[in-house]
Amino acid sequence: MTFLSIPILTFLIFFPVVSSLLLLPFYRRHDSEGIVKWVALGVTLVEFVVSLSLLVGQDPHLYQMQFVENHLWIPFANIHYSLGIDGISLVLILLTTLLLPMTVLTSWSGISKQVPLFMVNLLVLEGAMIGVFCATDFVLFYVFWEAMLIPMYLIIGVWGGPNRIYAAIKFFLYTLAGSLLLLVTIIALYFAGGHTFDIGRLTGQHYGMTFQILGFLAMFAAFAVKIPMFPFHTWLPDAHVEAPTAGSVILASIMLKMGAYGFLRFSLPMFPGASHFFTPFMLALSIIAIIWGAFMALAQEDMKKLIAYSSVSHMGVVTLGIFVFNTQGIEGALMQMLNHGITTGALFLCIGVVYDRSHSRLLSEYGGLAKQMPVYSTMLVIFALSSLALPGTNSFVGEFLVLIGSFKNHAIASSIATTGVILSAMYLLYMLSRVVWGVYTPKTYAMPDLKAYEWGALLPLVVLVIMIGLVPNPVLSVFHQSVAHLVGQLQPVPLASLH
Amino acid sequence: MTPIIFIPLLPLIGFLVVGIFWPFFKGKGHFIAVPLMIGSWVIATSEFFKSFTNPPNVTFVYDWIRSGHLDIGISLQYDHLAAIMLFMVTTVAMLVHLYTIGYMHGDSGYDRFFSYISLFSFSMIMLVLSNNLVEMFIFWEAVGLCSYLLIVHWYERRPSWLAANKAFIMNRVGDFGFLLGIFLTYSTFGSVSFAEIFPAISSHLHQTVNIASAFHGSMNIPVLDLIALLLFLGAVGKSAQIPLHPWLPDAMEGPTPISALIHAATMVTAGIFMIARMNPLYNAAPFAAHVVAWTGGITAIVAATIALTQPDIKKIIAYSTMSQLGYMVMVCGLGGYGAGIFHLLTHGAFKALLFLGAGSVIHSLSGEQDVFRMGGLRKYIGLTFVTMLIGSLALSGIPPFAGYYSKDLILVTAYQQGPLGQILWMIGVLTAVLTAFYSFRLMFLVFGGKERFHSDQAGHGGHGIHPHESPWTMTVPLVLLSIAAVVAGWAGEHYGVLEYLAQELPIPHQDPVAGGMSDSALKGLSVGVGVLGIFVAWAFYGRESSIPGSLAKGLSFFYKLSLYKWYFDELYDLVFVRSSFLIGRLFWQELDKGVIDETVNGVAAFFRNSGLGLRRYQTGQLQNYAMVMAIGVFGLVAFYLVFNRM
Repeated sequence: MTFLSIPILTFLIFFPVVSSLLLLPFYRRHDSEGIVKWVALGVTLVEFVVSLSLLVGQDPHLYQMQFVENHLWIPFANIHYSLGIDGISLVLILLTTLLLPMTVLTSWSGISKQVPLFMVNLLVLEGAMIGVFCATDFVLFYVFWEAMLIPMYLIIGVWGGPNRIYAAIKFFLYTLAGSLLLLVTIIALYFAGGHTFDIGRLTGQHYGMTFQILGFLAMFAAFAVKIPMFPFHTWLPDAHVEAPTAGSVILASIMLKMGAYGFLRFSLPMFPGASHFFTPFMLALSIIAIIWGAFMALAQEDMKKLIAYSSVSHMGVVTLGIFVFNTQGIEGALMQMLNHGITTGALFLCIGVVYDRSHSRLLSEYGGLAKQMPVYSTMLVIFALSSLALPGTNSFVGEFLVLIGSFKNHAIASSIATTGVILSAMYLLYMLSRVVWGVYTPKTYAMPDLKAYEWGALLPLVVLVIMIGLVPNPVLSVFHQSVAHLVGQLQPVPLASLH
Repeated sequence: MTPIIFIPLLPLIGFLVVGIFWPFFKGKGHFIAVPLMIGSWVIATSEFFKSFTNPPNVTFVYDWIRSGHLDIGISLQYDHLAAIMLFMVTTVAMLVHLYTIGYMHGDSGYDRFFSYISLFSFSMIMLVLSNNLVEMFIFWEAVGLCSYLLIVHWYERRPSWLAANKAFIMNRVGDFGFLLGIFLTYSTFGSVSFAEIFPAISSHLHQTVNIASAFHGSMNIPVLDLIALLLFLGAVGKSAQIPLHPWLPDAMEGPTPISALIHAATMVTAGIFMIARMNPLYNAAPFAAHVVAWTGGITAIVAATIALTQPDIKKIIAYSTMSQLGYMVMVCGLGGYGAGIFHLLTHGAFKALLFLGAGSVIHSLSGEQDVFRMGGLRKYIGLTFVTMLIGSLALSGIPPFAGYYSKDLILVTAYQQGPLGQILWMIGVLTAVLTAFYSFRLMFLVFGGKERFHSDQAGHGGHGIHPHESPWTMTVPLVLLSIAAVVAGWAGEHYGVLEYLAQELPIPHQDPVAGGMSDSALKGLSVGVGVLGIFVAWAFYGRESSIPGSLAKGLSFFYKLSLYKWYFDELYDLVFVRSSFLIGRLFWQELDKGVIDETVNGVAAFFRNSGLGLRRYQTGQLQNYAMVMAIGVFGLVAFYLVFNRM
């Protein structure tokens, strides 16, 4: 499939990057910020509409990579510029293109300095993130993987809060340290797998157990930091608190998913033996993350930190689902990735809305928004209910599938993880009572309700939260075949389990 | 298309229209919500009468989740149990919709309120019509959500949102059990639908699970018992059984129509409905059934003892609800599912009546809820008085009112279920005395004696209060419900509710106790204890008496235990709420920030400090470099010479 006679995946990667060049002439022109915002919004919207054609063109009955492109890039090392997507990447690409217009909208009044440069960063970041989900060559993947870090680093470091330098450097170094071990694994795989970087050919080979274990651990370092898994999560609250709203949304909704994507795309199919070997360890870390993140969220006064820790908890559900190696677990994990992207992204957008008005994120300075901002409050309540996995909202589908899938193989682990439903109700309802219910405070008195661009950012997400919750089957059918193929690669039965 | 689908659909439309377009209604939301609810009631009623002849049927709506071998659909299962439940649910919902027009008149959240009670009615109807456990769970949580949103209706008041949070979180504890029950059902039976589980139960009778395997212990319990207990945990939360009950009395912070609809007649009975629906499971799980029976019995009596001393009119009725729910749970645990459902239905009528009556009293006194600040209201609000009297007589089990038939059936069923049944029967009889007592304590304090509301109404500018009867939208539901509270019991017995329900709920074998009391003696006894309770209430509160005061002094330990609700709230607040937040804060400060993050920063600092330290050796002076080089060369040569010799 092509678009404007450019292969569609290449178009999706480079359209935002190239378009961002259009914005560079406006650098230092403060009178034209309006145009810049509209151009950025237009680009991200076009990108989203074009990406929808993937959904139309995808054949859900195939597990193989589709929309494939392949060109030799660096001949001496057999490195290719090769792209392709399956059901798993498709969902994450759509999540990315869906959320980028929202991040432009939330920056409408949230960003006041150097607007053109900010939008350039957003657009470059979008291209790199889509590249990560499309790349089928390991070196190309690594290039996009690292390329994402730079715009994100700048977004936190330039447009962030008071402690932004510390947070930006911590984010950058922490993820980079993990990524370097990934690079080592990629090179090792090149030699072990027959002098190729083709991801398809590197999977399904039978590597020796020692190699598998070392490779799994090295990749674990990269992906566990990204997700982030306990105990590698402490960069997340810092990065979220300092990042501007758009940065938080991208970080929480899309970048955290890349760690889980890495496990699904590389660790599991390339190192199935090691994956089974490390299952008890991974399950234990997942459960700790679920409970730990929830208790940390209970203690927070800063709304962004509260949601950041809740992300640790919810991503624990994702890793739990991945490492039970059955259809419900992995499909649930993918649903949870998508839903966490929608819901947590929406929650960060919501925090951004009130932060723009009051410049505070402390729960103690809020109250009574139900009266001051009824529409906003309704939406916040819906997103919070989604986050606590109320049936009928999107998140319930993912959590339910993960838990029912994990219960089959690991009943005790699943039971402990299920206590998360109680804890998540505690911290989210606690947040709602402090923000939405009660009486107004000096900060919330006379706060205006949603503006047009905020409606635009939030309403589509409300619709998605409810639609996916009520009719999840169309989403699941996008990746049924890909997951079935992956599960097939993961047999035989686990060597060790929590039983 | 079957008309059954319109029973839930109409209130759903009401919710969507009023909920989405609420800014345009400006206090006229009832023009949409009420007619739609009446339509739903009409269909439910006509289908109920048709159900005597029509066979049960299942309507498939749509496929919800399909993943691997898991396939969960949304379907409407319409059988006798569902039909009679829907008849009660839609009747009460329709009357409460009507009542709300008058009660909530002028409230700033009037239209929002209507959209939520329509959503609730939809969810409750769907819960009753569920044909699998997951579908039931979805609507189980949906009714919980409506309960939350309606308790927090007056959201500016701190007690409202505290109560709403408590209700939601305590129910989540129960739902945690319900979810695990679903998981275990699925991994045992490979399905969650009733039609596939029930026939397979007999083949899992001897299967056990080792729940201590994680600790390398061995503690085998039958899998059916475990499923039944886990699901029951959900019922304990939803139906406010001990120990997950404290949310129900607090939920009275919500507007009174909600207390009548959600927290008396329908939602809180969902737990009993679930147990009845799952009766093949509970019949095959004797241990779990014992736990159910005891939980119900203990809840019945403990709640009744608390209701004795409460000063708040709504809380008295709330504890009475909890106690009556205990009766229903108890008899279900003894195998008398039909009796439990029968009491559920009559209770739905007379308890909704009592709540709506209490609402009318509160309305007439402009928001007063303390029974010690009422009194003598009989001559001001006569209609409310008569209807509440009917409700109280029904609750006390005085013939020919509805509660007599169903409560008596519960006690007789219990009595005939062997020694365990007889112990629980005794608890039930004792509870019946207390029930009659607190019901009439309320009646005497509110409607009899002196007027106590003029003297201390400083808050109203010294004008005092002029009690007034409520508008017709409020009194018509009262009258209709009181008719139901009179005839429902008789009709149930006359037309054979147990035989009607026998399609789904088997009637337990009647086992007349040798040398025990006959049926008529049991009936006489249960009427007798009701009359006794009313007489004592009159002796204490129907006349000038110093007995209550001296009893409170003389038995101050028991008085305080009752007044402070057995200190459940204080205990839970300390053990669960405060400790959770404390653990959160402590672990965050000491471990998350203190240990984990410090380690991360420590690694970074190590490299930074190493760099800073090494930097001092880069002095830029050639002599230093030359000297280091010379030492290095010398060292290497020495090393080579020494080790090469060896």
